[in-house]
Amino acid sequence: MNKKTTERLWILFFIAPALAVVCMIILLPLFMSLFNSLFSWKQLIRQDFIGLENFRKVFFTEPYRTRFFNALRNNGLWFIITMLIQNVGGLLIGYFLSRRIWAHEFYKRIIFIPVLFSIVAVGFLWSLYLRPNGLVNGFLKIVGLPNWTRAWLGDESIATFSIIFVNIWRWIGFPSLVFLAAIDNVPMDCLEAAWLDGASDRQVFFSVILPLIVPSILIITVLTIIGSLNVFEQIYTMAGLDGSPNFSTDTIGTLFYRTAFGSVDSGNPEIGIGSAIGVIIYLLTFLASVFSIVALGKKEVEL
Amino acid sequence: MTSDLRLKNAAPAKKILIIFVQIAFICYSLIIFYPLFNMIISSFKSTREILRFPFALPQKLDFSSYKIVWVDKGFGRFFFNSVWMTAVSMLFVLLFGSMAAYGVSRYAYRMRTAVYMLFLSGIMLPLKAAIIPLFMLMKNLRLVDNPISVILIFIAMGLPSTIFILSGFMKTIPKDLEYAARIDGCNDWMIYRKIIMPVIAPAISLVTIYNAVPIWNDFFFPLVFLQNPKYKPLPLGLTNFFGQYSTDWNLLFTALTIAILPVLILYIFMAKYFIKGMTAGAVK
Repeated sequence: MNKKTTERLWILFFIAPALAVVCMIILLPLFMSLFNSLFSWKQLIRQDFIGLENFRKVFFTEPYRTRFFNALRNNGLWFIITMLIQNVGGLLIGYFLSRRIWAHEFYKRIIFIPVLFSIVAVGFLWSLYLRPNGLVNGFLKIVGLPNWTRAWLGDESIATFSIIFVNIWRWIGFPSLVFLAAIDNVPMDCLEAAWLDGASDRQVFFSVILPLIVPSILIITVLTIIGSLNVFEQIYTMAGLDGSPNFSTDTIGTLFYRTAFGSVDSGNPEIGIGSAIGVIIYLLTFLASVFSIVALGKKEVEL
Repeated sequence: MTSDLRLKNAAPAKKILIIFVQIAFICYSLIIFYPLFNMIISSFKSTREILRFPFALPQKLDFSSYKIVWVDKGFGRFFFNSVWMTAVSMLFVLLFGSMAAYGVSRYAYRMRTAVYMLFLSGIMLPLKAAIIPLFMLMKNLRLVDNPISVILIFIAMGLPSTIFILSGFMKTIPKDLEYAARIDGCNDWMIYRKIIMPVIAPAISLVTIYNAVPIWNDFFFPLVFLQNPKYKPLPLGLTNFFGQYSTDWNLLFTALTIAILPVLILYIFMAKYFIKGMTAGAVK
């Protein structure tokens, strides 16, 4: 055996196991989703090729149309509120931690605690606290705000917001510490130059720090998009698979699950329509990621 | 790094800002701390006590609910399942992942970039969206209700990021080390095992935390694939328990404490590693 062949065999030996698993579990199912979405299905048996009919059903036929756009709207809400509150909040937390405020090491460890917990445990914990006779309403009564008590998870108009806030409670430590690491990496000479020019803290933040941490902002934005499109456990634990009350908390994730394994229409699993929704999730994730990379990539500053 | 924001010698306007920021941080720490504290004290109370005096400390340390949840309701089993499923998955993630990282970072060949991109694509693709074909695949392989199905998926979940992070580290190791070893008669496996792996040991601990936490916490795939109580991991066991005993508040809080406390204790001792590991994918 010559040297070249031996090396080829070694390369194959090293990459084959991982390649096999990734192809079988990640790539093959991706193509199968695409393929399956183009057929009509009777339970788990594939029937005829019907082109884009399943996609047409999702977008234009009841009950899918209402359910789908209702869910998509909620995913959009998840993205916007998470960006505004969790990521902007995380940026502020990261900034102040980087200024070495009193007890910053302690705060840093505290805000990261819930990041480690499973969504399921956090969801159930807060679902107990948010019950009408739970801790949150109890607290509001004690501090003299009995008018503020709500059925936090039972009221259509606020249930989604309650669940989003629980998720922010769990996850805000993540962007905070990513931004902290990014700000800590801003080169000292850039900051010193700004100070010598007499820049205020605010000017330093907006004109020096912010442009230099664009890569981190980009990563957090992409992760937020992916996270918002894949919301599932939060709804499952706090509102149930149906996105109750009255589908007000429904998301693409829960709708997808119900279509694939339960019932939206006929009471049977709808493999074709379910696959179409799966493909839509893939596409939205991909497009949104590409869009933010292009949009924010232009603003990146090269040192 | 920016300058310190401290009270000493600060201008009056800045002093107000600093005090305001401190109050905000203290309040937020309480918002994180108190729900966890209340969960633990509630697990020692009776349901009546929890509902009548939600903020009061328990009258006595009553561990009986722990015995009920851990032994009678099977949480010992769920906990053990989570431990071994996470351990087995991670073993393969680390083995296959480090091997593949070695294969894409230490050789020069034509297909290298293509193979690397193929692995990387897995980071962006939401695996949950493929649950229908995955379910049919596992059904055909007769792996439904068999923990192997979930473990296979966990391995696939962990591989892309592991390969991404480890190959980044491996690329920085000088080739000279490898040439020296080759002259001493080492083959490629021995170079991987005896030279590369020891050098990247810190990165291994990083990817272990990065992947083990989401695998330990995963709920979706066990929900789809595991119905038999014998194989249920903690998050799934917790879910079924909440469905069955939704009015036994003290048992629910006990179950939550069992699910959350071990992670919390581990974190207290290893906070630095957890923070570094969890943010590894997003921090350079």
